[in-house]
Amino acid sequence: MTESSHHPLRDHQPRFQGLDSGHRACQGCGEALAARLVTEAAGPDVIVSNATGCLEVFSTPWPETAWRIPWLHSLFENAASVAAGMEAAMRAQGRDTKVLAFAGDGGTFDIGMRGLSGMLERGHDVLYVCFDNEAYMNTGVQRSSSTPHAAMTTTSPPGRERMGKRHLKKDLLAIVAAHHIPYAATASVAYPSDLRKKVRRAMGVEGPSFLLVHSPCPLGWGHDSALTVQVARLAVQTGLFPLVEMERGSVASVMPIRRPCPVTDYLKLQRRFRHLFADHPRAREELEHLQALADHNIEVYRLAGEEPDPLDTEGADTVRRGGMRYA
Amino acid sequence: MPQALEGSQAIARAVALCRPGVVAAYPITPQTHIVENISKLVADGELHCELVSVESEFSAASVVLGAAAAGSRAYTASASQGILLMSEVLYNIAGLRVPLVLTCANRAVSAPLSIWNDHQDSMAVRDAGWIQLYCADNQEAVDTTIQAYRISERLELPVMVCVDGFTLTHTLEPIELPTQAQVDGYLPPYRFSRALDPMRPLSMGELVSPAYFTEVRHTHHVALRGALPEIEAADADWAEVCGRHSGGLVEVVREGEGGGIGILSIGSVTGTFADAAEQYTELPAARLIRLRCFRPFPDEALRAACAGLSDLVVVERALSPGAGGIVGTEVRAALREMDEPPRVHDVAVGLGGRDVPLELYPRLIEVARGEQETRFSILDLEPDKLPEEVR
Repeated sequence: MTESSHHPLRDHQPRFQGLDSGHRACQGCGEALAARLVTEAAGPDVIVSNATGCLEVFSTPWPETAWRIPWLHSLFENAASVAAGMEAAMRAQGRDTKVLAFAGDGGTFDIGMRGLSGMLERGHDVLYVCFDNEAYMNTGVQRSSSTPHAAMTTTSPPGRERMGKRHLKKDLLAIVAAHHIPYAATASVAYPSDLRKKVRRAMGVEGPSFLLVHSPCPLGWGHDSALTVQVARLAVQTGLFPLVEMERGSVASVMPIRRPCPVTDYLKLQRRFRHLFADHPRAREELEHLQALADHNIEVYRLAGEEPDPLDTEGADTVRRGGMRYA
Repeated sequence: MPQALEGSQAIARAVALCRPGVVAAYPITPQTHIVENISKLVADGELHCELVSVESEFSAASVVLGAAAAGSRAYTASASQGILLMSEVLYNIAGLRVPLVLTCANRAVSAPLSIWNDHQDSMAVRDAGWIQLYCADNQEAVDTTIQAYRISERLELPVMVCVDGFTLTHTLEPIELPTQAQVDGYLPPYRFSRALDPMRPLSMGELVSPAYFTEVRHTHHVALRGALPEIEAADADWAEVCGRHSGGLVEVVREGEGGGIGILSIGSVTGTFADAAEQYTELPAARLIRLRCFRPFPDEALRAACAGLSDLVVVERALSPGAGGIVGTEVRAALREMDEPPRVHDVAVGLGGRDVPLELYPRLIEVARGEQETRFSILDLEPDKLPEEVR
């Protein structure tokens, strides 16, 4: 890679870039965008523990790397445990460098669950970021426990007997929140300043914090690469992916949706839901089911706000203080 | 002045003398006493380190990996199922060339469930790319633990210190603990050349294509081969400090007389055979050889130790079902390069904690004197407990 001194423009770059250009992510990759936003907000005084997955593969084809921050990839299921060890080392050395753990939904919801729970329970000062693209994308789009209900993947294909994934998306935020950690939140690449604000909040927390970042995958979801942000925004505005903040296990704030969009606005842009638009009673049933799930989110998180839809600028992403989650 | 210490307690004190920054472990018999003792040292303020009581051995290995990579000396211990659960991380630690020391309190592997001693656990991860040192007694466990840190940090290779579960971990012996000054003089403070540091960011654990993978594996192999002299030097230098040798790579514990019979063993059973040789004076005294270092495999030292033997009986504590012995197979291969290699008889004993008594010694001599070379057999099998067809 070229030395930074050969890039005069970089000297004038206003923001710190933890994940630099030149990596091999697909066009329109939501995860690459999310990782750039997260590392930008976290700043340079960090150490990263990265799980196996797309992010690791596209950012570090040896002998190159896109990372400008100290970064270690160990295995698929131990990003949280490796991060815990790094944090213990920082403590032992009397340093306050923040440790970040990065993993996808497979490495978090599924195979990395044990290590994540242990890290949260022991109270390590680690910000764990799950880049949620809702399937095993690195291995070619297989279903994970984060895959939405009825979505098509290569291991949940629709057919005469099936309408895509049979099970619900795991409510990971609730599981994380049940550890009563100081701060847990969901975010989306469609709302970058909200995401940055949440990273900064998490960076300021002493103890474990958790961010679930909704990160569309054009290849796996089957949408136009130019529509990544639009798709991500619709996930929020339909209520399918609510943006919430939890403190010590209780909902602290939510991003309100004034005029929720019907879930079909979101689903119809993605090939993984194409089978739901067939002229078939099962398809209609599943569409209703997904709408009911979105409505449920809107109800339990009290997303239906009175204010106009928030503009995505600093300070304007007004959030309504919510009470305890009552569902 | 020697103190009466349980093996686990002595190992815990040795670890503390090495000043680890991070200790992570998960309880498993017979390793528990080591971690309990370390926990107590931390609670009493005698050891200042971050003690991370993790939720699995998988995480124990992952935590010490993260800690060592982030610039702190780290320690963990496990056994049996725990070693197997760690195995993915063990390969990863070695491949990343991160310095670490792990105590394996050797125990059988399930099924059938057994909490007792054999070597199946550490043998199962012999190809993980770790250095493996097997201890004869608890004094050696103490000294080897200290040496292990020096070896590991000089070479950036992880070291597994293997101690027989219960036989060593739960046995009281008079132990000479070194002083803190002795250890500090021998073991410099931890400095990892590739420590993760925001002031000097680097990426570790990258994706390596077929264009480079072979070269990385070769480098690892060469590094382990290069560890042979370093392991000997660590032992010799420690002997300069405290006057005790731990056996280098291969130790001739007792010279034989006539007959040219040798018995090669690994771990704590060597002591039993030494006692037996004293007792069975009517039998030809065999040369007792102990393989202290199993990885890297010390071919040359082994050939030197076996020079002049007509028969060598390899006594091992694990097996590769369907193939036979593990240690014996490697010994046989190494000795083939001798001008006049001895016959190599390979036997397993003491599986799943079966006692290895003094009375085994005459049977080993009998095996050595056999007409045929014993390719592999489980010597202390009790066939009358089995149905006819599998005897």
